Amino acid sequence: MIKFLEQLGRYFLLLKKVFSKSEKPSVYYKQTIHEMVFLGLNSVGIITVISFFMGAVITLQTAYNTENPIYPTYLIGLGCRDSILLEFSSTITGLILAGKIGSSIASEIGTMRVTEQIDALETMGVNSASYLILPKIIATLVFNPFLTLISISVGIAGGWLAGTSAGVVTSEDYVYGIQYAFIPYYVTYAIIKTLVFAFIITTVSAFHGYKVEGGSLEVGQASTKAVVHSSILILLFNVILTQLLLS
Amino acid sequence: MIRVISLNKSFNDQPVLSDISVSFEAGKTNLIIGRSGSGKTVLLKSIVGLNDIDSGEIWYDDILFNKLDFQARKEIRREIGMLFQGSALFDSLTVEQNVRFPLDMFTEKSHEEKTDRVNSCLKRVNILNSNKLLPSELSGGMKKRVAIARAISLNPRYLFCDEPNSGLDPLTAILIDELIKELTEEYSMTTIVNTHDMNSVMKIGEKIIFLSDGKKCWEGSNKEILDSDCNTLNDFVFANALAKQLRKSLK
Repeated sequence: MIKFLEQLGRYFLLLKKVFSKSEKPSVYYKQTIHEMVFLGLNSVGIITVISFFMGAVITLQTAYNTENPIYPTYLIGLGCRDSILLEFSSTITGLILAGKIGSSIASEIGTMRVTEQIDALETMGVNSASYLILPKIIATLVFNPFLTLISISVGIAGGWLAGTSAGVVTSEDYVYGIQYAFIPYYVTYAIIKTLVFAFIITTVSAFHGYKVEGGSLEVGQASTKAVVHSSILILLFNVILTQLLLS
Repeated sequence: MIRVISLNKSFNDQPVLSDISVSFEAGKTNLIIGRSGSGKTVLLKSIVGLNDIDSGEIWYDDILFNKLDFQARKEIRREIGMLFQGSALFDSLTVEQNVRFPLDMFTEKSHEEKTDRVNSCLKRVNILNSNKLLPSELSGGMKKRVAIARAISLNPRYLFCDEPNSGLDPLTAILIDELIKELTEEYSMTTIVNTHDMNSVMKIGEKIIFLSDGKKCWEGSNKEILDSDCNTLNDFVFANALAKQLRKSLK
């Protein structure tokens, strides 16, 4: 328990350093654009592929679970839309990104720590925490909502293709279903969750990388911890946010 | 000038540096020597502020550095150049971008002025036609020289070098030593070099302090070191076979 509180304290001290006075804004701007490409744009491919198949599976599973003449088939589209909007696009995307960019952030910063690159920044008078972590936070906060929107769109499209190809729903029923009783607030809810998850992934992973001591073995361990802790926190905050935003 | 007064530093209640007092003069190449684990790097990093000290004072000219807050320290640190043991070049940046980094961070110079400064620093350390290479494409000696170029890009008043010769062949090590000495005189810097290389000691050691088990055991110059009556120092200086033979023949 004491160790947990100590880690929590160190995490908040690091955040304080990240958001304290930093150097030239122009340098940070360039760095943020670079991180948007590296952490955001480079994740579009994997998010697209996973979301497509996710939407397809949700549609097929919904169809096989509602094989009853009582249920109209447009419910398949509605079920797919709400599942993707409320849960899968934000949470599953968050978990995937925790694995992809979380490990990348932890290993990048951890390697910089053990090869004294962070010491070099500090010696120059650069706020290393702010320089290395703040652009990543901004980049993911700005870009991850777009990834979620892409995930929603591709997931619903994947559901349509799978449903119509398998013959479990007609194109008209599916399109009617995804428009039926649509609540725009669900999109807001998904975006809010995405923003919180983006902050968790970036800061927790950066924290584990920044505090590495030792060598390559410890960098690997930090990378694993970053993914595990980010994922657990995402699931925990998923429950908290759902209760807060939907109750 | 840098002065250290009664510096103490421990890790997990294990003393690493005990009551170190020393002054490092401007325009001179000051050396900290000692066996591996004697506390050289901890002392150097404590002086730069990368390690917080338990007690004592660190003065940069007339400024008490260790009592400054993070923001105030940054002002001093912009006058510091540091060469790390593993060079610590930024992996993702090219040679040119590495040397340009401090200029981008702390100056308002135009792009052309920065490029001129980068090229003049690289020329000064004899790195030519390598601006677009990544650190992974450089040899150990080249990495050290690029790191020196980065360290001097802002005309620092203080230069710190942690084991500048580690991993280098003897001839390259001599070139690096000569470069450090020349730059120290050229920029009138206060230079502090950590080393256990006796070639460096004899070639550039204008002022030397010898650490053993975290304590300062001896202080002097390269002209005095061979005549020392400090046994621990003599064991260190005459540790290798060639030095032992030389000492025997001198006797």
